[in-house]
Amino acid sequence: MTTQSTEQETPAPEPFGGLGQAARNVFNAENSLLVTFLAVVLALVAGAILMVVSDTETLNRAGYFFSAPGDFFSAAWHDVSSGYTALFKGAIFDPATVNGTPTQFFGPITNTLLMATPLIFGGLAVSLAFRGGLFNIGGQGQLIAGAIFAAYVSFAWHLPPGLHVLVAVLAGAFGGMLYGALVGWLKAWRGAHEVIVTIMLNYVAFYFLGYLLNANGFHNPDKLGQAVSKPADADARLPRLFGDSVNTDVGLVIAVAATIATAWLLHRSKLGFEVRALGINPRAARIAGINVGRTQVLAMALSGLLFGLVGVTQTLGTTNPNNNSLSPNIDAGLGFDAITVALLGRNRPWGIVAAALLFGAFNAGASVMQASAGLPVDIVNVVKAIIVIFVAAPQIVREIFRLRTQRAPLATGGKA
Amino acid sequence: MTATAAELTAPAARGLDRARLIPGLAQAAVGAYALWAFGLGARTASGAKAAVGMALNPNAPGALGMQTFPAAPVAIALSLVCVVCGVARAFAPLGPAARRGLTVGYVVSFVLAFLVWASAGTSTLGGVSLPGVLNNTLIVSVPLILGALCGIICERSGVVNVAIEGQFLFGAFSSAMAATMSGSVWIGLVVGALSGALLGSLLAVLANRYHIEQVVLGVVLNLFALGLTNFLYDKLLSPKAAEFNQPPVFQAIRIPGLADIPVIGPVLFDQNILFYLTFLIIAVLQVGLFRTRWGLRTRAVGEHPRAADTVGIKVLGTRYRNVVMAGLISGLGGVWLTIGQVGSFTTNMSAGKGFIALAALIVGRWSPVGALGAALLFGFAGGLNNALAPLGTPLPGQVLSMAPYLATVFVVASLGGIVRAPAAENQPYVKD
Repeated sequence: MTTQSTEQETPAPEPFGGLGQAARNVFNAENSLLVTFLAVVLALVAGAILMVVSDTETLNRAGYFFSAPGDFFSAAWHDVSSGYTALFKGAIFDPATVNGTPTQFFGPITNTLLMATPLIFGGLAVSLAFRGGLFNIGGQGQLIAGAIFAAYVSFAWHLPPGLHVLVAVLAGAFGGMLYGALVGWLKAWRGAHEVIVTIMLNYVAFYFLGYLLNANGFHNPDKLGQAVSKPADADARLPRLFGDSVNTDVGLVIAVAATIATAWLLHRSKLGFEVRALGINPRAARIAGINVGRTQVLAMALSGLLFGLVGVTQTLGTTNPNNNSLSPNIDAGLGFDAITVALLGRNRPWGIVAAALLFGAFNAGASVMQASAGLPVDIVNVVKAIIVIFVAAPQIVREIFRLRTQRAPLATGGKA
Repeated sequence: MTATAAELTAPAARGLDRARLIPGLAQAAVGAYALWAFGLGARTASGAKAAVGMALNPNAPGALGMQTFPAAPVAIALSLVCVVCGVARAFAPLGPAARRGLTVGYVVSFVLAFLVWASAGTSTLGGVSLPGVLNNTLIVSVPLILGALCGIICERSGVVNVAIEGQFLFGAFSSAMAATMSGSVWIGLVVGALSGALLGSLLAVLANRYHIEQVVLGVVLNLFALGLTNFLYDKLLSPKAAEFNQPPVFQAIRIPGLADIPVIGPVLFDQNILFYLTFLIIAVLQVGLFRTRWGLRTRAVGEHPRAADTVGIKVLGTRYRNVVMAGLISGLGGVWLTIGQVGSFTTNMSAGKGFIALAALIVGRWSPVGALGAALLFGFAGGLNNALAPLGTPLPGQVLSMAPYLATVFVVASLGGIVRAPAAENQPYVKD
């Protein structure tokens, strides 16, 4: 950074020098947007290779590659283009629906938003803890705790319409917060490592949910032999934003509000300052008079709160496939997906929103890919994991694309 | 002795008091609960007989019959032993070896008290089959042990391996596929172990060369392995099962003489080669880690890499080698899941075992024998569901499944100050 700023301060000898420098900076390895973009490109290439390799008929054509290479390439191209076209149609827009109903026309993009909503909450949750030097891999447990609280309020209490959904949302947030605060407390006062505690509490929550779903009071007596809870009351479900034909619900609004709140908390509040100080150097934070234990508990509690909101949207939102009731796999792997979102968003609130939209688009497109191109949905998980690895190790991207570095690599230290 | 560094640093006067008092009293409290629930509860009341089956196959000729004895007094006696162990741990001035003995005694009597309670009044149902429980425990434990051993080697050399789960999946998937395509379990074993090592080498390179945060890296590698194996399963293994996913399985090797010992014989000495291999690896690692030059260097690299570097140990070389070698071991854990047990691969068949292995290594304090004990305990809780399902205990299966995880939280929380990870864990080494 220092060399960069001094170069910019030196007066440019020619009038367009500054501009040229700026243009070159776009292709500079320090440009994290560029690295992220290239990481996505590389991951899509890897996904394409996977599509080709897993298609046995295309591979057969590779057997006589040298006699008719065009055969192989056209088959491979068909694999890849049909796959990614389906991904685009499922995530952004399908040209066939130009004259369709609003449901068809806005279907793909609202699916993307719907998939992105829990990822925004989750990414914010992971990053909030991470900025305080804590790994929250307990998203699964915290969101299950939130879902249990929200579901219970939504079917067991009977409140006036507007109030009911509000109380249910708050209950879900509270449930997640309690579960997160427990981890913070064990870390701060009992010295237990949060990684192991959160992993264990994930399983505790998972099995507890399994127990509840078969227990009287939670289990839906109408669904004999199925582990599902009673469905939420109609007035406890998250209201839709644009009428019943478009499946966007209030969860998205709450997610944007949560992003603004987290950004404010981290960068404008005293607690946020303490959290960041703790994350950068706990010893210095302690010496500076920051109450480390209290800050850790609060950071984990807020992180859990955000995961609790994931539980809320999973239970009361339009994503829920079971008529807004709890089922054993209510977490849908979001606790771990959230970690990748936080990493891709570089732990910055608005970066996380962008990352969540990208991964939400992948998730939304995956089902269309499966239906129309015959590709199992899990291919997008492979692509997502590869993106995150490249983003976490920008040096690999630099080496692959031979991007120039402006300064001597300091922290990464070259080949140590 | 095989005392870990953590035990050597423990006796700081205040820390010792707290470290003894809290877990000791917690143990005594749990023992008192056992007394109330197992010894004095309704299930063992009014002279109910505990029934324990003594043979894996009760219909075999010459098999030992079912044994019955009064449940309540035995359960009460065992629970009292638990309470005494806990109180002694809290207040008696004992050395670390005696304390460890107390812990083992505590766990064993608690488990037995539980079994007596569970088997009370079940003589018409055949009782609790003791060899059956043991067998389930061991079969569930084997992958946990292998995963924990992998984690121990990695963490002792300063690299956190959260990707054990992914290594299991890789190993399970590729061994099933390779064994089906080649028709040989041995090729399946080699390929499975190698693919565990492949993910291990990915972990090693990304952690040591590119300095990705290791816990995050492990989580991401797990997602990668899960996504890849799920994708390939749906695309290849499931539609073309005969071609890719119907592997042969390892046959049990009966060790003559030893396998005829009643109760434990068939459980310990009539298993497949992977089972024996697992216990061999435990022994080799326990000696290797604490008695050989390799072990000393590994631990030095994990505790203080700069010092190790100063005396000429190649820090990064050691880390690369160990993480890749450890990957072979957890790959074996994956091999056990498919061709060691059920044969064909199913999606996400590791089902969180890699994470339990991680817990086992922490509860076992980063030592192979300790991890064995912890893994057996987790395996016991995991295998118990099968053994108890026909007996109609009032305990829901989910609560039983939850127990090992809750126990780990308690252990980690009550031993927080004593259980200490290798100092340089999760810190990439950069030469100045």
